[in-house]
Amino acid sequence: MIGVEHYVVVSSILFVLGVLGIFLNRKNIIVILMAIELILLAVNLNLVAFSAFLGDLTGQIFAMFVLTVAAGEAAIGLAILVIYFRGRGTIAVDDVNRMKG
Amino acid sequence: MLQAIAFYLFAALVLLSAVFTILARNPVHSVLWLILAFFNAAGLMVIIGAEFIAMLLVIVYVGAVAVLFLFVVMMLDIDFAELRASFMKNFPLGIAIAAVLLAELVLGIGVWQSGGLQLGVASGEAAPLLGRSNIESIGALLYGRYLFLFESAGLILLVAMVGAIVLTHREGRAVRGHQNIGKQIARRPGDATVNVRPEIGQGVKL
Repeated sequence: MIGVEHYVVVSSILFVLGVLGIFLNRKNIIVILMAIELILLAVNLNLVAFSAFLGDLTGQIFAMFVLTVAAGEAAIGLAILVIYFRGRGTIAVDDVNRMKG
Repeated sequence: MLQAIAFYLFAALVLLSAVFTILARNPVHSVLWLILAFFNAAGLMVIIGAEFIAMLLVIVYVGAVAVLFLFVVMMLDIDFAELRASFMKNFPLGIAIAAVLLAELVLGIGVWQSGGLQLGVASGEAAPLLGRSNIESIGALLYGRYLFLFESAGLILLVAMVGAIVLTHREGRAVRGHQNIGKQIARRPGDATVNVRPEIGQGVKL
């Protein structure tokens, strides 16, 4: 039977894959944003799994707020990416130092 | 049994598509793999009875966020080969950090499974309503106990929307570059035109 530990294992692996994605694609900010979405998905999966197996809906409410913040973060991140690309013509972010003061 | 088969299918697919999301050469393919990962995560949530969050995941992520990613990837003319140059250089460090993180998580889960760690138990205040659907229970909670949090989530979305518009909006200076509206309005017909009636054969002196 499927228990909460199965879900914890899956979301742990998903979280690690997201972190790995950030490190592997250090120059490509689009893939970095997608890796952040994967991390937030892992967190959501964990919240929903515990919420379902504990019989308490607070986890699902909180997952909804995480979803809200993730959507806002993606919109703002992509807007910053677009203006960065307009200014420089590239999105290589491994040596971004234009924002210092 | 059927639940276990569905779980393993969805879990394997979500992990596989996450791997391809971070390894794909073309970011468009990354976005498509990400969409598949979201669909399978929604499936994982459905089989434990969290339908509302699962549908929300499909609507918000697949319908809005992934499409936003696709638009940005396709609108900007980016040289992805150049961005991929340092991929192999970062590979050992990334694998090392991921291994350390995974080891920590495995340790934590192991301690929890062996009984060395007590998790909190549900207070029962937010238990699902008996005989009602998942959506009804969530709605009762969201519009009751968590009403102000819900409203502030709306405020966060409003701020994100305004921020995205302000950041990417460009003033249309090129269109009105030569037009001086004040000068245009101050001009009178008498300054600009004269009425002359020349003699025949004399011509007009400007």
